[in-house]
Amino acid sequence: MSILKQSKGFWLSIGLAFIVFFIIQFLIVGGQLNPFYVNMILLISINIILAVSLHLIIGITGQFSIGHAGFLAVGAYASAIITMKLGLPFWLAILTGGIAAALSGLVIGIPTLRLRGDYLAIATLGFGEIVRIILLNVDYVGGASGMQVSHMATWPWVFFSMLLTILAIRNFTYSRHGRACLSVREDEIAADAMGINTTYYKVAAFIIGAFFAGIAGSLYAHNFYIIQPSNFGFLKSIDILIYVVLGGLGSLSGSVLSAVFLTIVSTFLQDYPETRMILYSLVLIIMMIYRPQGLMGTKELTSFFKKKPVIKEESQDGNKHTIA
Amino acid sequence: MATNTPLLKVDDAGIQFGGLKAVSNILMEIHKGELVGLIGPNGAGKTTLFNLLTGVYVPTEGSILLNNKKLNGLPPYKITQKGISRTFQNIRLFNDLSVLDNVMIAYHTLAKHSILTSILRLPFHFSGEKEMEEKAIEFLKVFHLDTYRNEKAKNLPYGQQRRLEIARALAASPKLLLLDEPAAGMNPQETNDLMNLIRFIREQFHLTIILIEHDMQLVMGVCERIYVLDHGRLIAQGIPEEIRNNPKVIEAYLGEEVSSYAEN
Repeated sequence: MSILKQSKGFWLSIGLAFIVFFIIQFLIVGGQLNPFYVNMILLISINIILAVSLHLIIGITGQFSIGHAGFLAVGAYASAIITMKLGLPFWLAILTGGIAAALSGLVIGIPTLRLRGDYLAIATLGFGEIVRIILLNVDYVGGASGMQVSHMATWPWVFFSMLLTILAIRNFTYSRHGRACLSVREDEIAADAMGINTTYYKVAAFIIGAFFAGIAGSLYAHNFYIIQPSNFGFLKSIDILIYVVLGGLGSLSGSVLSAVFLTIVSTFLQDYPETRMILYSLVLIIMMIYRPQGLMGTKELTSFFKKKPVIKEESQDGNKHTIA
Repeated sequence: MATNTPLLKVDDAGIQFGGLKAVSNILMEIHKGELVGLIGPNGAGKTTLFNLLTGVYVPTEGSILLNNKKLNGLPPYKITQKGISRTFQNIRLFNDLSVLDNVMIAYHTLAKHSILTSILRLPFHFSGEKEMEEKAIEFLKVFHLDTYRNEKAKNLPYGQQRRLEIARALAASPKLLLLDEPAAGMNPQETNDLMNLIRFIREQFHLTIILIEHDMQLVMGVCERIYVLDHGRLIAQGIPEEIRNNPKVIEAYLGEEVSSYAEN
């Protein structure tokens, strides 16, 4: 059984995740948790999916994309059409949301991923805006007034989507494909020279990231009763980008932690609407001054538990001199 | 030798950037097992020629053949898969990745498990990854780098970084290895180690090597044949002895007056 080949720590974290799941499920069913907190927990989980999916594109593959809200929007509207217009079940809507976003990722990825750095950022920004403007002008999905969506995203749906997203991204990262993506991030020319098809991996990361952003979109749509194009503007993309940057570029657990942290900060600041954005920005500025590498740097949570392998310093070739 | 097809044949190749002919009329034949030097003054087009061979640039004239198969227009990663691998003038390691990962990336095309296999963690993923890792560790041992296995590449001493870059290039299992100034920035002791390393890998891996180098001691010491490039053209080729005494080469390096002065 291949599935048993995972490490002990892996099963421990899965077990822990399930315990958290059952506690929260128990509290929700029992009614001890008031709707404000339930909603916050759902929002946190959805934001985790978004952060982790963008982490794959920016943190692992190094492609600076700021159009992630575009994929979120595609997923949200595609899934809303499935449930509200066609009356099909929710699971199909989640899947369709993911696939629709992945397809848009493919369409947008192939031409734009030739670009680098700032240029790619501008192009993906353009993509996000195009999606928003199109949705604004299509009457079938309600135009500016948006679409009514019934609330279907319950805690189990959201939790298992989140868990599967994290697992999939983790499994991808720790494989030859993840390493290929990392090599693209580190040095694209060298990656090419090592026989890595860099375009393929950039597009692949883009599609996988878009797929999970689409799934987040489906959950998002079925959590808020209404979706409007204005929910998926440029600022939403920036929000997601901040999760990834604040968590530490290249750290999966960092993205998760910062998504949790910032969602909580942002939710509680809603009580102070006039100063909310000022305080939120202050938190970010302070974070960036004291942790410029992000919450976790490039480290993962698990690396704190691992014993550092002891490597004996052997002078095997007497080649110890360093020259500048 | 002449009857054999050469491993690498550069047939009148060149490249133009706009109106500028950076490299032109290059004719080279490299046979299996040779260790060939490529020298020339700064800006002569040596690295540009390497970039042509590895597909970073597409030649605007002529053709490049590996085992009689045309390489023109193939993207760099395909050329690497066909058997030409290289190091860079300024080291290009994957700095934030471990030494082991650096080598494992070069083994990328060796394993065949797909993206979905890896995401679902199917058995094929584990066998593939295990094979890659074992091979990479074996490989690092050959280069005495296995003690640094988990160290980030950027934390290695300079000489070891060069060594790792060569190891990584070799892990892509090339038939032809291109080394771009491997001794740049090295002290005499390190250069000496490097010479031994080059001789060693050549025998161990039955390689053909082309070497760009400014360090004449190294070039004259290890290369069997030398091509000299100046202003984008080949001005001489031959065994080290011939090159050393070739007036054209002296002229390219030292200037006309000095060489005529030297002749007199």
